[in-house]
Amino acid sequence: MTSVHFRTVTETPLVELSGVGVRIGSTQILRDVDLQITAGEVVGLFGANGAGKTTMLRLIATLIRPAQGQGTVLGADLSSAERYDVRRRIGMIGHVPGLYPELTLGENLRYSARVAGVPTERAGEALGAVGLAGAADRRAGASSHGMQRRTEFARELMIDRSLLLLDEPHSALDRDAVDLVEGLIERKAAEGGAVVVVSHDRDRINAIAHRSVELAGGTLT
Amino acid sequence: MTTGFWQQAKAVSGRDLLRERRRGDVLWITIPFGAIALLLVPLAVGTDAALLREIGPGMYWVIVMLFGVLVAVGKASSETLPQQDASLLLGLDPAAGFVGRSGAATLLLLIFEVVVGVVAVGLYDISIIGIPWLIFTLLTAAIGLALLGTLTGSIVNSTSAGTALVPLLVAPLSVPLLLGATQSYEGLRLGHSIVSWILLMVVVVLVVAIIGVLTARPLQET
Repeated sequence: MTSVHFRTVTETPLVELSGVGVRIGSTQILRDVDLQITAGEVVGLFGANGAGKTTMLRLIATLIRPAQGQGTVLGADLSSAERYDVRRRIGMIGHVPGLYPELTLGENLRYSARVAGVPTERAGEALGAVGLAGAADRRAGASSHGMQRRTEFARELMIDRSLLLLDEPHSALDRDAVDLVEGLIERKAAEGGAVVVVSHDRDRINAIAHRSVELAGGTLT
Repeated sequence: MTTGFWQQAKAVSGRDLLRERRRGDVLWITIPFGAIALLLVPLAVGTDAALLREIGPGMYWVIVMLFGVLVAVGKASSETLPQQDASLLLGLDPAAGFVGRSGAATLLLLIFEVVVGVVAVGLYDISIIGIPWLIFTLLTAAIGLALLGTLTGSIVNSTSAGTALVPLLVAPLSVPLLLGATQSYEGLRLGHSIVSWILLMVVVVLVVAIIGVLTARPLQET
């Protein structure tokens, strides 16, 4: 296994989960999850379909509360209202794009900028940085999956995030975009943030991650 | 850098209006259907001009209530989970999202009320009286329906019961709005005081607005 370490990992914990369980409806999705992610770390997350990887990302993103156990993300308790205050520092790119298909790629980013409170001029710069400067006026719904993903990466460049959660970040991307994504991961880790990458491509993730964990039946192994 | 509540609400409102402008759901689907519904009534009850003039305002408000709530519910539940997640991770205050979505729905409902109102005046020969109060009533009804529909949409999104809950949630709070609107027009026509009916509508608007803002965050979490 090859492994590229972008920087020396520090011991500041950005994510700490202890005995965490997540239940959705009557189904226990995650159980007894213990995980610590420190600043500067890139963690690969593997698992079969239905193992709970997406739920794990949404848990770390503070979008769902644990039903059992305790957890903190960026210092905020996952079971308390503190978690609302740290959300803006967490970026997540799921395998289904979260763009509005009726809006152009530029409009999607400007909306994101307005909500996040960053200057809207950054939207154009960010689109340029992902190679989409000429596609700002194209509707998201009429853009390829790869272009939508690039736009989501542009959003993460535009907003200062401490924690990046990426679900299959390499899918639908051409080689240039893959380089761009790996550059973003490298930069985030180098800046003292942390990145969690979900993927089925173990070789690719093992090459960029400091370590990997595996979910099986809702439990980390 | 942080962003304010009203800036976020304005961003959400602008987003929803832009989406509507591109999709045209209200302009090309809801408004024509509202007009057709008004057209069907004379076909059912006959063309007695006096009868149509009598029932016209009531029919207009029934159509506005039914279609209005559907518009607002539709707008509030049109976001996918990845879209909602992305907005929350931008730091969107769910209460600002509620206010923004309600604001966009209010503007769409005002357009609906005006266009369908013109059709109603033409078909039913309704007299336009007490214009300042009429405008106030139209505005209050639009705000109330927008808030009610947005709140209902949020509840529908957060429960597994889905749209089956809509009539149960909407009926109790839309009835006072319907009563207030129809009785205000009737009061204006007969020269009676309409203050109590206007107050009823304003109270409903305030109650739904407070419930919507206070429950925005818990509903987003479930």
